[in-house]
Amino acid sequence: MNAEFAGSQYVIEVIYLIASALFILSLKWMSSPATARHGILAGEIGMVLAIGGTLLRHGIVDWKWIIIALVIGSGIGVPLGMVQMTAVPQRTALSHAFGALCVTLVGTAEFYLRSPDVPKFMMSVLSMEVILGGLTFTGSLMAAGKLQEVLPQRPITYKGQNLVNFLLFAGAVGSAVYLVLHPGAKELFPVIVGISLVIGVLLVIPIGGADMPTVISLLNSYAGLSAAAMGFVLNSKLLIIAGALDGSSGFILSVIMSKAMNRSFTNVLFGAFGQVQTSAAAGQEAKPVRSATPEEAAAILAAANKVVVVPGYGMAVAQAQHKVRELYDLLTKKGVDVRFAIHPVAGRMPGHMNVLLAEADIPYDRLVEMDEINGDFPQTDVALIIGANDVTNPAARTDQSSPIFGMPILDVDKAHTVMVIKRGMSPGFAGIDNPLYYLDRTLMLFGDAKQFVGGIVKELGVH
Amino acid sequence: MGSNLIDALFVFMLAAFIGFEVIRHVSPLLHTPLMSLTNALDAIAVVGAIVLVGERKSTFATILGVIAIIAATSNVVGGFIITDRMLRMFKTSRPAKAQGTKS
Repeated sequence: MNAEFAGSQYVIEVIYLIASALFILSLKWMSSPATARHGILAGEIGMVLAIGGTLLRHGIVDWKWIIIALVIGSGIGVPLGMVQMTAVPQRTALSHAFGALCVTLVGTAEFYLRSPDVPKFMMSVLSMEVILGGLTFTGSLMAAGKLQEVLPQRPITYKGQNLVNFLLFAGAVGSAVYLVLHPGAKELFPVIVGISLVIGVLLVIPIGGADMPTVISLLNSYAGLSAAAMGFVLNSKLLIIAGALDGSSGFILSVIMSKAMNRSFTNVLFGAFGQVQTSAAAGQEAKPVRSATPEEAAAILAAANKVVVVPGYGMAVAQAQHKVRELYDLLTKKGVDVRFAIHPVAGRMPGHMNVLLAEADIPYDRLVEMDEINGDFPQTDVALIIGANDVTNPAARTDQSSPIFGMPILDVDKAHTVMVIKRGMSPGFAGIDNPLYYLDRTLMLFGDAKQFVGGIVKELGVH
Repeated sequence: MGSNLIDALFVFMLAAFIGFEVIRHVSPLLHTPLMSLTNALDAIAVVGAIVLVGERKSTFATILGVIAIIAATSNVVGGFIITDRMLRMFKTSRPAKAQGTKS
């Protein structure tokens, strides 16, 4: 560093140092619900310090636009923070898009300010920043659109999809390499950004709903890595740290999600995109199922000692979580032990079900992870499945030809009685038939999850 | 430049390891709030955008920077609000059992 590194800059760097420590503490406190809210406070203080410290920089002469932008951004942020809990997956995807947009725009501006004298290393990380940022931006917008159902949720696939994606990616990287070696080739920069934006769209087009938890985690990781790359460009250690934390968080979540879907990690990085499972639809003769009414279901539940509820995305769609809470209250009052079995990929993002059930005031110590609860199913009187399908499919354990063979599932078929609330007999997202529904111990409860649970609640309330 | 780069790589490597260790211990219960929190923290990229706008180097840079500040600030504000809302909902059924938080 040279003489320009004045005293005030030391102050700013120390502020950044404190902010970095607060960010790490913030994540550390997230490890348990008891301390998690301290984590938010630490994060907020760190953020205020970092922004305040930045405003102290002597290079800053133009305040007007900064203030205007901060105010507008806050104005947009408040409603985005107040969305319904069922809309959290699309909100999260949208915020990944915003984060990536910021990174991409700053990277683009930095390029044109510095070009053509961009050192090789700087150009490499700048390219990484805009490639990751660009594809995360459009990819997350696509994901948000699918989750919000403004875009078709069906996976859209075509022949040679992976090859096209690969060629585009190679094109972006190739242009970046050329630009690193020939800094004068300015016109390549928009090409790199453009290709990245296209890749983002193409990557998420073939993704269906059940793959969303993995994809959102992966986009989270990319958003973090692009921010870290931006930290390299701006030589900001604070940004590098925040980006690395976010990147590793998204990475860990992606690994957990891919394990829960029995996909290898490379499969998630490259192949999970566009892995469309073709269903073996042949031989679908109408097998007999047993169905039951809300009254019958209520009687069985009231007679049980141990009940495990398995919620899935269907519960979120039907907004049934509050009715489920009433059911939980009534059964608990009758002395029934009610717990909830949470599969890691239930819902549309990591932890989705936990948030919905917490919103409905169900105590979190009643929410049990898959590995912990699976051993208890043989001693469970009733497994009540609400809007979940593939995560309960015993074919994953037994049928080698099944596309989900090997995926860890909740062993609900070991419970004495299985009740499945479902709208009809249509197969789940993956288009796979679920042998669970044809077991002797299984009762199908046909209807809308909210209405059906409401029916059970009404019946239980009477007696 | 060279030593800066190496410093930065060291910082990145260490932060990534800390991230792994810290986040590995986050309960799956809190994976959704974790993601919204890291999202808010990641929006620290706003400092880069602030410098860009504040130094007023070109109109083009200022325009991109203003949009970038708006996008990142909405993540900061929205991310913290929703994380807080989510965490306030998590309650245990064992009342007053030496839980750290009051609410």
